[in-house]
Amino acid sequence: MDEDLNVTAVRNIIEGNAGKIAALISSYADKKEELISLLQDVQAEFNYLPQDVLIRISQTLEIPLSQVFSVATFFHAFSLKPRGRHTVTVCLGTACHVKGGQRLVDKMARDYGLEPGETTPDERLTLETANCLGCCALGPVVVIDGTYESQVNPDKLDKILKKYK
Amino acid sequence: MPEKQSTLLKKKLNSAADLETLRRALLAAKDKSRVNIAVCGGTGCRASGAEAVVKAFREEIAKNGLKVKVDFKETGCHGFCERGPVVVIGPERIFYQHVKPEDVPEILAETIAAGKVVERLLYTDPATGKKITRETDVPFYNKQTRLLLGANGEIDPREIDQYLAAGGYAALGKALLTMTPPQILDEIKRAGLRGRGGGGFPTARKWQSCMDAEGDIKYVICNADEGDPGSYQDRSILEGNPHSVIEGMIIGAYTIGSSQGYIYVRNEYPLAVEHARQAIKQALEYGLLGDDILGSGFSFHITINKGGGAFVCGESSALIASLEGKIGEPRAKYTHMAEKGLWDRPSLLNNVKTWANVPLIINRGADWYAKIGTAGSKGTMVFSLVGKINNSGLVEVPFGITLREMIYDIGGGIPGGKKFKAVQTGGPSGGCIPEQYLDTPVDFDELTKLGSMMGSGGIIVMDEDTCMVDVARYFIEFLKGESCGKCVPCREGLSKLSEILDRIVRGRGKPEDLDVMTDIGAILDIGALCALGRS
Repeated sequence: MDEDLNVTAVRNIIEGNAGKIAALISSYADKKEELISLLQDVQAEFNYLPQDVLIRISQTLEIPLSQVFSVATFFHAFSLKPRGRHTVTVCLGTACHVKGGQRLVDKMARDYGLEPGETTPDERLTLETANCLGCCALGPVVVIDGTYESQVNPDKLDKILKKYK
Repeated sequence: MPEKQSTLLKKKLNSAADLETLRRALLAAKDKSRVNIAVCGGTGCRASGAEAVVKAFREEIAKNGLKVKVDFKETGCHGFCERGPVVVIGPERIFYQHVKPEDVPEILAETIAAGKVVERLLYTDPATGKKITRETDVPFYNKQTRLLLGANGEIDPREIDQYLAAGGYAALGKALLTMTPPQILDEIKRAGLRGRGGGGFPTARKWQSCMDAEGDIKYVICNADEGDPGSYQDRSILEGNPHSVIEGMIIGAYTIGSSQGYIYVRNEYPLAVEHARQAIKQALEYGLLGDDILGSGFSFHITINKGGGAFVCGESSALIASLEGKIGEPRAKYTHMAEKGLWDRPSLLNNVKTWANVPLIINRGADWYAKIGTAGSKGTMVFSLVGKINNSGLVEVPFGITLREMIYDIGGGIPGGKKFKAVQTGGPSGGCIPEQYLDTPVDFDELTKLGSMMGSGGIIVMDEDTCMVDVARYFIEFLKGESCGKCVPCREGLSKLSEILDRIVRGRGKPEDLDVMTDIGAILDIGALCALGRS
């Protein structure tokens, strides 16, 4: 039910920005091969890939919808589901793993009811995992909306998350 | 920014002489009496709060009216990430670690104005308990040979002028205006450079086949995908010294006759993308990139392409599929990339570190380069030394150093008096090396002999608390998640392996599990389409 509401809201945003989105898609008209970059731009705008926009991409650029969809689902960076206001990315690279990264993911499941890829019902947080963020010396690393937090333990994670309403 | 030196010479550079004039002007503008402060602004130090330190320095320097003229810069990664934020003060190269914004006024008042050292910010050697003042005396640094990383701590990656003042693009001028493509190829060949992406394929041989390949249009590609968990050296170089990579790519393009290049970089590395973008823009403005480079008649353009974050895209054929806007599935390699790569045209694909080595070799010559390293592996390798180790960070050492020297001399050993168990090299495709092989000299061939591999240079140290079955399960889990699913051995084999390892971890292993696992391994080895499944 909540998700339906969200989709309606996004539809309204898309309608409101129809010109801007059309311009973005058209700017890739002669660069069909940069589909991945286009999808990254769309995702930067909406925080996920709305179905309506994918259909428009397919129609405007004359790329089969199946191909747009396969690219959108193949790469980890893309989400077809609406996401929360804040994205929490827990690094599970080897170095973070040996220093206890998994405990943070377990904590999110236990205390926040979030499995990787899921969003809280109030749309506050989305949990994601990364295979390595390249801060291996500082593990376990958690990134929240682009801000890196180093040497995070379950207690510290609680304190950090309080800042994100 | 003290002064915008680009105004010294506004026009495009049209010859090697123009480049030299600019370099001299830049050096002359640099006041030798000036004290310089370099704060590390790499992603690692930023994670520990470097941005606030940079801001504090800028504000204090602006308002303070210091008696000494200060040259302040935010540089790329210094490598000693664990000690961040790191501040180095020249000319003496005083090394301060874990610097906080509150420390900034004290550093300016004590060190800069009065020439005194702030004791509490110094590094303490865990072995002797002594405080160390200079960066060059810190054991972590003084056993390294920082050919590729050295400039990282010296220059602001957002200012092409600083790279130029440090001798940047001299190799480009030399190659383009005084050398023929076969001469450059010969130089790379005699240097013995091998691909730093993992396999260690001789670079000159790759360049040669791309040179010989038929076709008017050829591409040059830089692989900055770096999906290996536990490695971040490519990011550090692209972030800290993007021009060295670009310079290498232009020289490569001139050698094989290409006019279009791509940098394929992970979306997870926003700072690297930003710095590479700025670098390309600035190089274009100076005429070091683009049409008619340095008046030589040679033209070359570079486009940045952000990856979607799939491990398999580091594999060459998958990377190329992804560059073409398709999903990153590998394909069987009946023909070589060098002959039929991107858009079925000859393509020269090399790793970030490989490209960054090229200007060094051209500048200082193949003979100098070939003296560093072992018989089969020349030059240096950048490792990320991480895991259960005292001094973790990026380490650049000549090939031939032993794992023991790296872990104990540079890395400072295992924390908490724990026992060493194993070291994992080569990422998910590599293996774990136990204690009895610690004295093996590290190079491409020796690691392969041990059943592991160099990979992109991740070295993950594990102590007695680390469970090896858990590590195996972790990597299989990783590969299972990253398998593109195209070929059956990889898709099904890895799922099965993960199932068995899960059961063993839960204490319900069966004796026949080992045989089944060995069988699956053998099948993957012969049946999988790409290296993700095979290794």
